[in-house]
Amino acid sequence: MQIYLPIAEVSVNAFLLLGLGGLVGILSGMFGVGGGFLMTPLLFFIGIPPPVAVATEANQIVAASVSGALAHLRKKTIDIQMGIILVIGGIFGAALGIQIFVALKEAGQIDTLIRICYVALLGVIGTLMLFESVRSIRRTHQKTPVRRKLHHHNWVHGLPFKMKFRASGLYISVIPPLMVGAVVGILAAIMGVGGGFIMVPAMIYILGMPTKVVIGTSLFQIVFVTAFTTLLHATANQTVDIALAFFLFIGAVVGAQIGTRIGVKLPAEHLRVFLAILVIGVCAKLALELLLQPAELYVIDRGH
Amino acid sequence: MRSPRTVLGVLILFLLTPMVAAKEEVVSALSQYRIAITANFDGSEIFVYGAIKREQPPPDERLGVVITIAGPHEPVTVRRKARRAGIWVNTDVVEIKAAPTFYAVASSAPLTQILNDDEDLKHEIRIEEMITSSDTPTDVADAQTFSEALVRIRQRDGLYVETPGTVAIQSQTLFGTQVTLPANLVKGEYTATTYITRDGVVIDKQEKTIRVHKIGLERWIYNLAHEQPVTYGVLAVLIAAVTGWLASAIFRRI
Repeated sequence: MQIYLPIAEVSVNAFLLLGLGGLVGILSGMFGVGGGFLMTPLLFFIGIPPPVAVATEANQIVAASVSGALAHLRKKTIDIQMGIILVIGGIFGAALGIQIFVALKEAGQIDTLIRICYVALLGVIGTLMLFESVRSIRRTHQKTPVRRKLHHHNWVHGLPFKMKFRASGLYISVIPPLMVGAVVGILAAIMGVGGGFIMVPAMIYILGMPTKVVIGTSLFQIVFVTAFTTLLHATANQTVDIALAFFLFIGAVVGAQIGTRIGVKLPAEHLRVFLAILVIGVCAKLALELLLQPAELYVIDRGH
Repeated sequence: MRSPRTVLGVLILFLLTPMVAAKEEVVSALSQYRIAITANFDGSEIFVYGAIKREQPPPDERLGVVITIAGPHEPVTVRRKARRAGIWVNTDVVEIKAAPTFYAVASSAPLTQILNDDEDLKHEIRIEEMITSSDTPTDVADAQTFSEALVRIRQRDGLYVETPGTVAIQSQTLFGTQVTLPANLVKGEYTATTYITRDGVVIDKQEKTIRVHKIGLERWIYNLAHEQPVTYGVLAVLIAAVTGWLASAIFRRI
């Protein structure tokens, strides 16, 4: 069944969209990742213009993260104070990201920028994930426990404007969380990702937040920052396709439920190797598109 | 000094010429004058037909019928990729002032046989003549290749179509053809023009307008997004938040 997407202005098979949403949903259910970093390049592959893919994916992530954030709110595993600081940083980052986006769109370079960002990001994530999962497979075989320091002092503790974060039990400067939020905001605006894959490790290793509030707080930030990003893309570029977002989300919701159930039954390390290979594969395809001479050297854009 | 007979001869010729030119007229019609793009719009067929009206028996010169359908004209930016630091990026750019979003030329025989080059230039019938290049000078030396690329890409996408020999003519009077409009049609006013030629010269033409418009939810979404982007953005966020909340509420029970 072909459906006409009003903003992307292309006809796509509705089942293909549901399937893509479902596939990425399964993966996010299995691994607890947002999936924006996989969905956006998959949308390029099915012919959605990259600017529409990025803006629409930001919109879709609002829906996905609202679900997750609500669950964490009920379990009281969100540090609201820290979340607000991260959101403030994120809003500045997203506003800056949109400026870059619009400038490069006018220069005709936005597609290339988005692709380069994805090659870099997926390359790093895929490689790290592969090493990490191979190492943990070895570790489970060797059965040697690894000890981690519970609390450690680093450069973060030397910065001014300190604030007490009750839920996380921290007394640190607001500068690092503002910076982390801003970086995530820039990524959201340019790449249409939630940024959890960067925020979560940054919260643990840079801010030193306790693991139990990390996921909830990151989802809290993602809800507001992707909502703001959606609003910016809608006003600056008119590239948010609510019909596309809706189909992807329906697929993703069902997929996530299936994924959570599969994830419980299968060994996590082996699944992570699979995800890592998938990420590297998508990265390689995008890289080849940039590196190999395209069959058609000319591209046309309607309007000036 | 000219003789009165020559003057008279020239006068008679002048009087006769318009009569000769107007002796055949074209009357055309379309199977539809409005096309609605809905969510599941998958292209459309349009039937263009008509007759050649004349008072005298048909002349001996070769008859030709050319039917064109042109979509709304709009500016287009054509970019060329080149390798920079190992990757293919857009470099040179040429802005084309106006090009039709869709253009189809159907004819009763190959255009070279039924249309003179001069007439073609005058009436702008071939696809190449529909592209209006920009008045502002570009620093790109081979700007022509950019318009060629535009035609090539749109031909490949089925937006520019030339179908010689698809207009059927019966007894030098009735004619008809079918033009396929693709799924990726742009809304706006389309012009269907029918030309009749004798020995490569256009004798008469008639224009008809087709309105292509979006209907239903898609149209509403498109208009809202472009006319009230802030409201649209807020709506997009609200829809996402509500669906997200609903999904979590539903799956908590399962």
